[in-house]
Amino acid sequence: MPAENGAPSKRPKWSWWYLLFVVQFLVILWPPLYNKAEPTLFGIPFFYWFQLLWVLVSAVFTAVVYLMTRESQ
Amino acid sequence: MPQVNGIALAVFVLLFGFITWLGFAAARWRRGDLDQLHEWGLGGRRFGTLVTWFLVGGDIYTAYTFIAVPALAFGAGAVAFFAVPYTILIYPLLFLIFPRLWNVCHKHGYITAADFVRGRFGNRWLALAVTITGIVATLPYIALQLVGIQVVVGALGVTGTGIAADLPLIIAFAVLAAFTYSSGLRAPASIAIVKDTLIYIATFAIIIVVPLKLGGFEKIFAAVPAQKLLLAVPGPHTTGAYGSYATLALGSALALFLYPHSMTAILSASSGGAIRRNAAILPGYSFMLGLLAMVGLFVIAAGIADLPDYAWGFKTFKNNFAVPALILHVFPSWFVGVAFAAIAIGALVPAAIMSIAIANLYTRNIHREFINRNPTNKQESRMAKNVSLIAKVGALIFIIFVPTKYAIQLQLLGGIWIIQTLPAVMLGAYTRWFNAWALLVGWAVGTLAGTAMAYASNLATTYTLGFGGYSFPGYSALYTVILNLFLVIVLTPVFNALGGGRKPVDETSPADYTA
Repeated sequence: MPAENGAPSKRPKWSWWYLLFVVQFLVILWPPLYNKAEPTLFGIPFFYWFQLLWVLVSAVFTAVVYLMTRESQ
Repeated sequence: MPQVNGIALAVFVLLFGFITWLGFAAARWRRGDLDQLHEWGLGGRRFGTLVTWFLVGGDIYTAYTFIAVPALAFGAGAVAFFAVPYTILIYPLLFLIFPRLWNVCHKHGYITAADFVRGRFGNRWLALAVTITGIVATLPYIALQLVGIQVVVGALGVTGTGIAADLPLIIAFAVLAAFTYSSGLRAPASIAIVKDTLIYIATFAIIIVVPLKLGGFEKIFAAVPAQKLLLAVPGPHTTGAYGSYATLALGSALALFLYPHSMTAILSASSGGAIRRNAAILPGYSFMLGLLAMVGLFVIAAGIADLPDYAWGFKTFKNNFAVPALILHVFPSWFVGVAFAAIAIGALVPAAIMSIAIANLYTRNIHREFINRNPTNKQESRMAKNVSLIAKVGALIFIIFVPTKYAIQLQLLGGIWIIQTLPAVMLGAYTRWFNAWALLVGWAVGTLAGTAMAYASNLATTYTLGFGGYSFPGYSALYTVILNLFLVIVLTPVFNALGGGRKPVDETSPADYTA
């Protein structure tokens, strides 16, 4: 039990791997980075294929964070 | 008027019949005592990683999403792609916050977000605010799922006048209501597996076949007008389209898991680990959604909107007809039946989960809190079953008698409302620092300000803030939840002082949040 009601709850364990999520957020929330047509991939403009690629990258990031923080949970 | 497409209709009816049987049979799947609310309303919290994947995927990537996102791309171009950053952002949130919520809800038998808020902050009025927000935001969402069914039924050529026009919809919803009533969350969970398999097949078929027929991606994108291909580059002194794009993605992502139906699907997982694993594998759906957004551009390139065959559909359903028209144009009849069945069944899964979520909220957080404090398990689950029926009938009446555009506008407002529960629910999973009354004031002001912004911008998704000659167009939900949170932080010490240091009991303890 906490010492008193207002006491902040026990901090969940911090892991540096969580910074991958920050990278994931910052890149996709900055449209100037990918709002361009070139270079194309199989004829698909950069704007579209980059964001689709970023879906896959972020899935890999999440999997890495999952594997690296599993023991501490 | 369109012709009835016999083969497509036969395949469609066959698949629909199959999932109807499946929905009823689901009552016996991982059998539990359906007279207990957590068995009926959360499937007994027994769904492992894979079933959770189908259930959450079927729940948040709704039929309406599959119609509306390509429709927006068809009409407005690149801005529709904000759905992709949005789905990228939701999974870190799922990963970081929801295993904690799952743990505490499992430990204390909470089945709704409002249950958690009630236990955490010990304030029934705050819990009531969360409950009402959840119900009001979800009802138009159920109605929108019906739009998805309407469009594909119309595209199959099944039309009529008066009551006959709405008959397919009424049948679909009677089926939905019956199996939800008898099987609870097990029904959408089992149907989601069939539905998503069909959706994946249909999407990949479109992505492969259409470019082949149209002469490759290069030709398709060359046919898209330049102003639709990319976001407009902002002028001086404004964040322009970039600001709208990023805030829409972030605001929608923050709102998503606050919706009661998302919470229901997540809490039905068998462990916090199953949720974490899903954060890594759910992007499979995001990828598909991104592909579908591109399909909206295919429709532009194929020039389908100008063909006389589809003029009726575009006139009746506007841009929402884009994907069905493309499917009709490109595929043989039997596959049209498969793809349309995928969309229609795709509407039933989230609609079922949404009605269950509303039922759980009403039963636990209104009826038990304010009307009958000590219901038996059986009374509680019967109440929930009846409320799920009422929610669906309400949505059906709404969509038959009220123009579709109101459902869309209400759903937009719903996003602005539901995000106001973020400080209590999401941040509440991490901290008890906030004062319950401060949370309530923040919620009320955020809701009012968001609604006012929506009206001021004529019910557009974005509102333009101006500071010293600069303008920041952005998603009103995000702007107002920041205001909400600011008020909560400023008012917490004030209300604490007024309360003389007395704080309601927090019935959860820090250890409850970790496995």
